[in-house]
Amino acid sequence: MRHAVAPAENVENNYFAVTDQLKICTHCERLSKKDLGVRIPRPLGNGPSRFIPEKEILQISKVDARTQSIFEDAFAALGRLDNISLVMGFHPQYLGSFLRTQHYLLQMDGPLSLHYRHYIGIMAAARHQCSYLVNLHVNDFLQVGGDPKWLNGLDEAPQKLQQLGELNKILAHRPWLLTKEHIECLLKAEEHSWSLAELIHAVVLLTHYHSLASFTFGCGITPEIHCDGGHTFRPPSLSQYCVCDIANGNGHANHHDDPLGNQEMCGEVEVLMERMKQLQECRDDEEASQEEMATRFEREKTESMLVATAEDEECVPSRDISRHFEDPSYGYKDFSRRGEHVPTFRVQDYSWEDHGFSLVNRLYPDVGQMLDEKFQMAYNLTYNTMATHKDVDTSMLRRAIWNYIHCMFGIRYDDYDYGEINQLLDRSFKIYIKTMVCSPEKTTKRMYESFWRQFQHSEKVHVNLLLMEARMQAELLYALRAITRYMT
Amino acid sequence: MEKMSRVTTALGSSAISGRTMFCHLDAPANAISVCRDATQVVVAGRNIFKIYTLEEEQFVEKLNLRVGRKPSLNFSCADVMWHQMEENLLATAATNGAVVTWNLGKPSRNKQDQLFTEHKRTVNKVCFHPTEVYMLLSGSQDGFMKCFDLRKKESVSTFSGQSESVRDVQFSMKDYFTFAASFENGNVQLWDIRRPDRYERMFTAHTGPVFCCDWHPDDRGWLATGGRDKMVKVWDMTTNRAKEIYCVQTIASVARVKWRPERKFHLATCSMMVDHNIYVWDVRRPFIPFATFEEHKDVTTGIVWRHQHDPHFLLSGSKDSTLYQHMFKDATRPVDKANPEGLCFGLFGDLAFAAKESLISSDANRKPYPGGDRRYPIFFFKKPDPTEQFAHVSSALSVFETDLDSNRMDWFVKTAQLYLLCGKPFAELCDHNAKVAQELKRPQVSTTWTMLRIMFSDPANLTTPGLNHNLSKLGTLPLMNSFNMKEMSSGMGTESRLERSKGESRQDNIHLEPGNSHASNNNEENEETEGSEGQAEYMFCDAELDDDDLYSMENDNQAEEQEYTLPQEAFQLRHEIIDNPSAPEHLQQDKADSPHVSGNEAEVTCLTPIESFSLISISQPLFSPHLPASFFCPIVREMLTYYAEQGDVQMAVSVLIVLGDRIRKEIDDLTQEHWYMSYIDLLQRFELWNVSNEVIKLSTCSAITCLNQASTTLHINCSNCKRPMSNKGWICDRCHQCASVCAVCHHVVKGLFVWCQGCSHGGHLEHIMNWLKSSAHCPAGCGHLCEYT
Repeated sequence: MRHAVAPAENVENNYFAVTDQLKICTHCERLSKKDLGVRIPRPLGNGPSRFIPEKEILQISKVDARTQSIFEDAFAALGRLDNISLVMGFHPQYLGSFLRTQHYLLQMDGPLSLHYRHYIGIMAAARHQCSYLVNLHVNDFLQVGGDPKWLNGLDEAPQKLQQLGELNKILAHRPWLLTKEHIECLLKAEEHSWSLAELIHAVVLLTHYHSLASFTFGCGITPEIHCDGGHTFRPPSLSQYCVCDIANGNGHANHHDDPLGNQEMCGEVEVLMERMKQLQECRDDEEASQEEMATRFEREKTESMLVATAEDEECVPSRDISRHFEDPSYGYKDFSRRGEHVPTFRVQDYSWEDHGFSLVNRLYPDVGQMLDEKFQMAYNLTYNTMATHKDVDTSMLRRAIWNYIHCMFGIRYDDYDYGEINQLLDRSFKIYIKTMVCSPEKTTKRMYESFWRQFQHSEKVHVNLLLMEARMQAELLYALRAITRYMT
Repeated sequence: MEKMSRVTTALGSSAISGRTMFCHLDAPANAISVCRDATQVVVAGRNIFKIYTLEEEQFVEKLNLRVGRKPSLNFSCADVMWHQMEENLLATAATNGAVVTWNLGKPSRNKQDQLFTEHKRTVNKVCFHPTEVYMLLSGSQDGFMKCFDLRKKESVSTFSGQSESVRDVQFSMKDYFTFAASFENGNVQLWDIRRPDRYERMFTAHTGPVFCCDWHPDDRGWLATGGRDKMVKVWDMTTNRAKEIYCVQTIASVARVKWRPERKFHLATCSMMVDHNIYVWDVRRPFIPFATFEEHKDVTTGIVWRHQHDPHFLLSGSKDSTLYQHMFKDATRPVDKANPEGLCFGLFGDLAFAAKESLISSDANRKPYPGGDRRYPIFFFKKPDPTEQFAHVSSALSVFETDLDSNRMDWFVKTAQLYLLCGKPFAELCDHNAKVAQELKRPQVSTTWTMLRIMFSDPANLTTPGLNHNLSKLGTLPLMNSFNMKEMSSGMGTESRLERSKGESRQDNIHLEPGNSHASNNNEENEETEGSEGQAEYMFCDAELDDDDLYSMENDNQAEEQEYTLPQEAFQLRHEIIDNPSAPEHLQQDKADSPHVSGNEAEVTCLTPIESFSLISISQPLFSPHLPASFFCPIVREMLTYYAEQGDVQMAVSVLIVLGDRIRKEIDDLTQEHWYMSYIDLLQRFELWNVSNEVIKLSTCSAITCLNQASTTLHINCSNCKRPMSNKGWICDRCHQCASVCAVCHHVVKGLFVWCQGCSHGGHLEHIMNWLKSSAHCPAGCGHLCEYT
């Protein structure tokens, strides 16, 4: 048994993982002795996330009883515990709300049939080439009796779903272009037309999966073992460790942390806190003129466009996924760069709390309430810590992140000074946000590591949750406004 | 008194008049406010800030306050309020968090007076003190409320709502120091303006944000709140704990609420989303708006009563960029269009009926029946409040519960048990079954049996049982008195029988009460005639009127006659309302078969026992005894199909069995099999194993009869050696003893054998039962305390 040689302390530290792997190992040895010819899949990834060491994630669930119980519930409901939930386990309060909403959207009473729901999820995830979510939902889709033919591409799906493709495309990349004509076109297509309630359901699903795709890439979620790319049948090569050992150790990630970078960035957190303090204090001293405020927003908006999303190596979407959507070249386009003038969306005129909620709740009861809880949870979640510092009021930072994302979508808060964003969010962080929100498939591990170096993984996941919810709300606002305009 | 005089002075100085009118604004409005003398209105929005004068026929733009080349966000108003004391003074709440006051008395074009930028977030609401000139209150998204003294440059006090955003602030009309604030988390707080450190009281008013609140102009304790949960609630604040006294459920989240002047119970609301109308509610009647204004094409954002003592003018601004003046007399009254009565069946046949109380109470004299047991239905009454002009504020709801027996399918079980399907001559079977049906109050079924008998019997022996069967047929008609009469004349009617029939009639009465009590409000006198009319209708002839007279003459008990008047009416209504299917069936039969009609008439005309013989002899030629039985087969087939479709598969199968070969060939095997299977399934559900077995036995479908052949083997062990019995006889081939010997009489038991599962001794059911009466031990003497259940 190869495990016998593993260092003792390692075994102790990773009790959870080792026993897990041990079973497989003994099992596979037994099988190989008998030589049944059964191929045993092995996990490829190192735990649920490529970015976060497995042991950190698993520790959480061991320590926190609440997380444990949420995991149990999730497992009972779905028969699996996906990697997304495991990573979100850092924030059990949010996770509870998230799973409840997702469960309601996918399983409970609703205007759309079950296989439609999963198919829409597939469509939305495919827009961002998120193979993880696509695979997950392909399985679910087939399980609830979906027609496998649909999976060959949108062309094979019913006309009704094909029409949704356009909405999906716009919503994912340029939601501000959504007009009431788009809605009308969906609602008045004779026999293929959508009902308002169905449309709301579809819109919520689309936005949910667009933003979840952002999260998936943002946290580097690894494929589930039962999905494509999640396992290999190649036997562990003898010259190396057993695959299990690699999974246990998570050794590589740690080695990459170069000590130089750490020293260099050590003041980062303190600088950020200092700035927040300054902003808090000198706020009333220099009152920027109204015009200045307006230009600050515009500047931030344009600047956000110019933040290069990534080292643009054009990753061609694998054919497997791209067949679920048409027009793969259509992506997030910055509005100012292309010279399109897009009127700024003012939250004071159409907000989630006042307007969006009422509309959703009217057409798809209870979901409004759940989304509202989820948004509030994400927005208000705080542990009053920053890296190693305790008792910090992070509301300013959270608001800056939230508003920055909305700003990227052209949504403006009249009562926010967009100058703050520049002070609080540094460039690498902006790059990360921008990439994650607008073209999540380009997120890399380097990006993840290069922002907020001193912060803990749980805090980075927290940021990811904020990004995800802010993005979802932004898309929803545009979609719901279009629907409202159609209705009046 | 004081109020009245004020009204007259206020109205007297500038008598308000006008009509429903509107004007286009350049941009969507967010809020409107009216000046004290009701001559001008200010409209504020993101891109608009104008004052209009209200003239007789139109709005006239008087002033545009939005000046400057590039208007700042300070002009982007979330709310506006015109001071009710000082007519040059206005305040606005800006979306960027500024609170601005405007002085119309300024000579320059820019009327901006003061600018407070203390709030960090959007200011949702500003409110002037009703009597104090310089006091202004603001509530903001940042969770703070600030009180400004307009003579100073900054706020005098700040009130912290602790965390959540403030959606509305309102000074109390009556209490100088009090104001109410509503919050995004559903709370409402009451503050004393002198104590900024802590709220006086707080309560949760709604789930989700409370968008608005409004103090009652006259009643100092009343506060109305409206929330995202689509409710408007009225709170009584005079008590220690805020008490919800009224609650109005609207169809969309409530954006504004305003009490109607001079009307204690009225308030106006408009909604935040989806619904564009303005509603005026009477809070005591929360389910239907008192009046509706439907002019706006987009959501209404601001409503205000034009004058604080005139209830007839309402101004409103909307996102559709219009400003309206609504005249109350032009409002739509939804009550006029609403259904005054409601009727609904429940899942289990219960019936609920609601109507104006005036309608119901007109026949109130009928209600107090002595004993009350006749009145099975339960009545709920809401007492009317006759004080205001909004008439018919209450209606009565009656709930009629269905007689439980009719649900319970007792009739099915009884019928299954009592029907005779074989073993007697055909005619007798029919008669028996007709009687069974009759006793179970199923006249139609009973009639069907009788007709079948007539159709398929040999016409020669019709005359002998003539009287009897005619009467039994008569009994099938829904006439209690004729039923009784039959009992008497046929000589089998005993007193007890009579009693029972009375009891049953009462039950029926109960069951049918709904139709009785509201569909007809007739009084007692014409009940009788109505009842007889009903009979006439049903029977297609008028002969029974005589019969009725005849009966009442013959009947020695007048009281009983009265007893039956109600059932008569009930029956009449039943055939109108509940038993509708019977009518088409009759028609269908009539159309299909003219001899049958004549037969029917003949039957009916022989109601009076004296004449019956002669009448039958008249009817006989019409009846055409020479018609072969097969002539009726198509009708019977149709009839059976009809019953099966009605769900009475019992009838279909029973008839099928009784008629046997007479009808079998007419119906295809698959249908027959289907009926049998359904019926057997039903019987087994009711655990009527014996009947089910009998039906299986009697059926001629091969698929059905084989049901009895399956799993008929019972494996037993020898009672001596406790080993399985292998051969078929009574002797065990291992111990060569007689197995299954009765422990009491020591004979071999053939037939029903009962044994104890503890000691496996047993015997004849009867013997064992007898034995156990006297002893608890096993009769075999093994000492076991046997238990037979």
